[in-house]
Amino acid sequence: MFDESLKSSALPKLAVWKFASCDGCQLSLLNCEEELLTVAGAVSIAYFPEATRGVVEGPYDVSLVEGSVTSPEEIERIGQIREMSKTLVTLGACATSGGIQALRNFADVAEFRSIVYAHPEYLSTLARSTPISAHVSVDFELRGCPIDKGQLLEVLAALVESRRPRIPTYSVCAECKRRGNVCVMVANGTPCLGPVTQAGCGALCPTYERGCYGCFGPQNTPNTAALSDQLVAAGMPPEVAMRVYRTFNAAAEPFRRESERQERAVAVAGKGAGR
Amino acid sequence: MTQVSNAGDTRHPTQTLQVGMLARVEGEGGLHVEIHDGHVTDVQLRIFEPPRFYEAFLRGRSYTEPPDITARICGICPVAYQFSSCLAMEDACGVTVPDHIRTMRRLLYCGEWIESHALHMFLLHAPDFLGYPGAVEMAADHPDVVAMGLRLKKAGNDLMDLVGGRSVHPINVRLGGFYHLPTVAELRAIRPRLAQALDEAVATVRLVSTFDFPELEQTYPYLALRPEVGYPLEGGDVVTSEGDAWPVQEFREHIVEYQVEHSTALHSTLDGQPYVVGPLARYSLNHDRLSPLARELAHEAGLGTVCRNPFKSIIVRGVELVEALVEALRIIDEWVDGRPASVPVPARAGQGFGATEAPRGVLFHRYVIDDAGIIEDAHIVPPTAQNQPSIEGDLRVLAERWVALGDHDLTHRCELAIRNYDPCISCSVHAVEVTVSRS
Repeated sequence: MFDESLKSSALPKLAVWKFASCDGCQLSLLNCEEELLTVAGAVSIAYFPEATRGVVEGPYDVSLVEGSVTSPEEIERIGQIREMSKTLVTLGACATSGGIQALRNFADVAEFRSIVYAHPEYLSTLARSTPISAHVSVDFELRGCPIDKGQLLEVLAALVESRRPRIPTYSVCAECKRRGNVCVMVANGTPCLGPVTQAGCGALCPTYERGCYGCFGPQNTPNTAALSDQLVAAGMPPEVAMRVYRTFNAAAEPFRRESERQERAVAVAGKGAGR
Repeated sequence: MTQVSNAGDTRHPTQTLQVGMLARVEGEGGLHVEIHDGHVTDVQLRIFEPPRFYEAFLRGRSYTEPPDITARICGICPVAYQFSSCLAMEDACGVTVPDHIRTMRRLLYCGEWIESHALHMFLLHAPDFLGYPGAVEMAADHPDVVAMGLRLKKAGNDLMDLVGGRSVHPINVRLGGFYHLPTVAELRAIRPRLAQALDEAVATVRLVSTFDFPELEQTYPYLALRPEVGYPLEGGDVVTSEGDAWPVQEFREHIVEYQVEHSTALHSTLDGQPYVVGPLARYSLNHDRLSPLARELAHEAGLGTVCRNPFKSIIVRGVELVEALVEALRIIDEWVDGRPASVPVPARAGQGFGATEAPRGVLFHRYVIDDAGIIEDAHIVPPTAQNQPSIEGDLRVLAERWVALGDHDLTHRCELAIRNYDPCISCSVHAVEVTVSRS
């Protein structure tokens, strides 16, 4: 992705863009307090409205994109950004899977609009929240809700050094074992999405005695069905087993498929109860 | 991005000046100012951040989920969402958490205030006063100031990392308390960094009080929380500068939300008029609750017991930065191990209300749940949404005063006036563009 052409004498021009999101992933860049001025020295920050009103016109060497696509204007805007950008990296669950706002994909958006707004006709909203990759080609997707700032620095370093970022795609379990944690599910029966979730957070939740809730999205080979069967066998009702996949990466394919499988189980159980 | 255009007839030309995207605010929005015959006729804070429909998709979710879900409304103040939702659910279920849990909530909240105030003061607001487009450019001439700001911000983040697990969307908050409490040893280990941060926060108040502040005296009512003891953070009753006081459970009787065409964030009024929440309101209604050090510094910086100049909000944030660090150190010094991390919060059908002081002002939550704990209705009123009418009010006064300035300077000053509020647009919509139109 990160091709040799970035390796020129001039500093690579970096732009940061926001779509539907909470600002938390951009904030992770500003949260690199010890590294921020070093980063600012290694790249030219050409467009980053959250941080500066100074604007350098495109094209840009690198665009970092936060947020999901939820309106017709955003479809147009992401197309323009792609054209202006040599390399495009998406940051976080909204940009890589559609985010929590993709819960509308499982519901009726017209009803959502009228629940929140007295004048839904003022709004311009799409029926589905979609990741950036549904609209343009993306060179690298960095996961997390929010992203991990160490992983962000690794991606930026890889960009500057024209190499692939070293970002693991295995499960949270691998990190949890490495950290020496006792398995919360085996030892305490705490439901945990660690086995199906991509590493990157450092197994934070199990370290704090809670189960992983999947904010880094599906790992590369997730066996969601086996995990759900285990959760249900341990006493989790299917409607809860459905909801655990319907959070910040609800529209990521393996999580979507599994939540819909559980939804069907709920429907079957409901019919059974009705007889 | 600034754009100036002329329309209308030649006798009364309409001039439009646009700032495509207001910089150094959290989220996306703009400002539109209409000027006719040299007078300001309309001001609109235009918020075009796309709606994400939290209140809609919370319906049907479990009552235990809002602390994690609503945190995602805002990456800058997730703790505010976590605690307002916890309070509301605990209210619905009739649970009051023990004092040590309330205290640990205060500690995590101090971390968020330190992080958020340092971010806004040094990276977003100070560049306006010192004349730079942003902090990176400012760092070239004032490296020590920017480095100090980043160290302060990091102190807040470190505290959040320890208590919350991480600073953006902490993972350690649950109804009834926490999943895991930090130990005395872990808290003591972070103490020296916070003590150094306190020294730097004191220096910060002295630094920002030397800035040049335009005159402006706000007349709107101020609204803040006031707890039984201490400066307001993680709870309290509502008090206003009109002398009213009421429990959070009555907020819907006083605060009315309405939709305007130019904003995806609902506007609010207090008993029918615009009002202000945030640092100025908190300070002016709780000056007596500040620690002696914070009060002394406020006095030294030239603040009275009430501050009604929004440009001086940067000093008040500095005073609150000091207060948050004093409070964090006090909590750490008094902490003892061996108490439960949480208390059970069994579901029961009903309605619950919660409010806490986000760095930008009071954040109200209300939920209705059924006896199985499934959410039937959710209602969230964030601080920036409440401040929108007052931001527009300030700008009407200021734009009129500065109307003779060129569009470039007028735009810049209007942006500064908006940043006084540290608007969080992601929050309020659960974006900012400046346009000035002259005719």
